[in-house]
Amino acid sequence: MSTENSNLEHAGEHHETMSKSRIWKVFFILLAITVIEFIIALAIPPAFLPTAFKNFLYVALTLVKAFYIVAFFMHLKFEKYSLIVGITVSFIFIIFFIVLMLTEGDYLNSHMNV
Amino acid sequence: MDTLAKLDEVKTTPWAGGRSPFQVEYGKLMMWFFLLSDAFTFSAFLIFYGAQRFSKFTWPDPDLVFQSIPGITDVGAPLVFVGIMTFILIMSSVTMVLAVEAGHRNSKKEVVWWMVATIIGGLMFLGCQALEWSHLHHEGFWWGAIPNAEVIKELGADAVSAQQFSNLFFTITGFHGFHVFSGVIINIIILIMAAVGVFERRGHYLMVEKVGLYWHFVDLVWVFVFTFFYLV
Repeated sequence: MSTENSNLEHAGEHHETMSKSRIWKVFFILLAITVIEFIIALAIPPAFLPTAFKNFLYVALTLVKAFYIVAFFMHLKFEKYSLIVGITVSFIFIIFFIVLMLTEGDYLNSHMNV
Repeated sequence: MDTLAKLDEVKTTPWAGGRSPFQVEYGKLMMWFFLLSDAFTFSAFLIFYGAQRFSKFTWPDPDLVFQSIPGITDVGAPLVFVGIMTFILIMSSVTMVLAVEAGHRNSKKEVVWWMVATIIGGLMFLGCQALEWSHLHHEGFWWGAIPNAEVIKELGADAVSAQQFSNLFFTITGFHGFHVFSGVIINIIILIMAAVGVFERRGHYLMVEKVGLYWHFVDLVWVFVFTFFYLV
């Protein structure tokens, strides 16, 4: 058991990892994206930027934030290629489910007789 | 190299066997699998929320529902309080990653310090969420309960959409809050183990990395909850 762990630690020395300066860099990127979201929400009037486009921007910025959290904070970017692919490709099911359920919601919206 | 020598050659590709192709410790891999399943659960919640929102003719305006800062103002400050909550959670994610970094250097003192900071961040977030819940509860929102018709109309909603919003808000933020709560408990256990020197004797701080993964995942989910409940 102990030899196995020392092997892992040894393997960890070869590839790059999170340094303190990098941690703070990622933090400021996350903070900046959140501030941009606030500016879009509060400072830009709907007449200037339609709500649909605003929502698109929110989702896009959220995905950027998710990338930084998973890649750097959760260290996935520095793992083996097979692990990265194994984790990320699984989300194809969620994309499928999103398309499925939002289509369903839209159908209900146009067929409700309230 | 002739054909026979090629056959005898020991393959060294990641999947040739004899070693872990992921080169990641067992517990860490299992944590990733658990987080993947948890991500599916949260996605199911949020996608159902999206489907409901798509199907309704109206929906409560988040800028009007969430416009109070508990103890300071009741109206006119949309996104401010949730902005503070988001900042707290991102900040506690940073302190967690700093604890992991200190663990790589086997610096017990720093690991303990950053774990304490992470736990404080988690507790602050839970406190903010309790205030948020109690504010909405006083407005009349709860599972199966909505404010009176006048208030609902002011929020730009009707009885059906307000009810769905209310149920889904408390279910999803509640499920997330429960994750934060269990994360804090796990962090406290790891803090105690680090403080009494369990990991120092073990020679590595892999456990800190594993609970770190869980803690970042909680932060990750909040990023999505924040977007779909407060911004969109």
